[in-house]
Amino acid sequence: MAVNTRTASTDVAVREQEREKQLHRNRNTVAPHVDIFEDAEGVTVIADLPGVPKERLDIRVEGNQLFIEGEASIQVAAGFKLHHAEVLESVYRRTFTLSREIDSTGIDANLKDGVLTLRLPKAEQAKPRRIAIRSA
Amino acid sequence: MNTSLYGTNFHSDLDTFRDQIDEIFRNFGVASNIRADVRGFPPINVGSTDDTFEIIAFLPGVEPNRLQATIDNGLLTISGERMSVSQQDKNDVHVYARERKTGPFRRVMELPEDADPDRVDARYVDGCLHISVHKRESSKPRSIQVHQ
Repeated sequence: MAVNTRTASTDVAVREQEREKQLHRNRNTVAPHVDIFEDAEGVTVIADLPGVPKERLDIRVEGNQLFIEGEASIQVAAGFKLHHAEVLESVYRRTFTLSREIDSTGIDANLKDGVLTLRLPKAEQAKPRRIAIRSA
Repeated sequence: MNTSLYGTNFHSDLDTFRDQIDEIFRNFGVASNIRADVRGFPPINVGSTDDTFEIIAFLPGVEPNRLQATIDNGLLTISGERMSVSQQDKNDVHVYARERKTGPFRRVMELPEDADPDRVDARYVDGCLHISVHKRESSKPRSIQVHQ
């Protein structure tokens, strides 16, 4: 960055956003527990995300990577003092690498009672198929 | 773990760790989990406000009819059963990971003496069970007037 140029206010806003994102990424996160099943039609991922409401859940697919990130938000009354905590981190984050047979446009996500159920369908051509044998 | 601190090998490392957790509970007036099944689930945070004791149990995916919270003689028990998700409707299921604990669970803790068991509120939101136990009126912090 050149020292003698003035940065526009929009650049500062963008940099602040980037810095916020960086700080957010560096916060202590915990990987949520998952169950993963595969069947003929696709893969099911079930993740425990207690305390995460729908608006704080972020699921993204970038290339062949699936990112799951959720921030738990626990409503407490004013003047609340924590005495004993077995759960300290509030950000759940986990990344999965998807194999090419997963159709990332068809991913279905459902969040209920702090449990995220992801259904990752396999692309049609990747499903196990019988090959018909012709007799000559 | 340094065994000289904990004496001879009567305890394994895991037992020593468990004792330390129980120690934390004892210091707050919360009893150790002698009666606990599936130790460690659900994890619990404990706090307080001026008016209440707050217990937050993290148990996602539990059906309301399989969840129970009872107070008996100052002992708060959170118990129930988490069912595993059935995969029976699918063909050729292969399990890659099973990190989520399922089955019955029970956590027991002793509430401090100034907890009023008749004024308890419990909510299950986003997989977290919030239990608020009001403190007895007479035990709330009060300032004392000093007369001349």
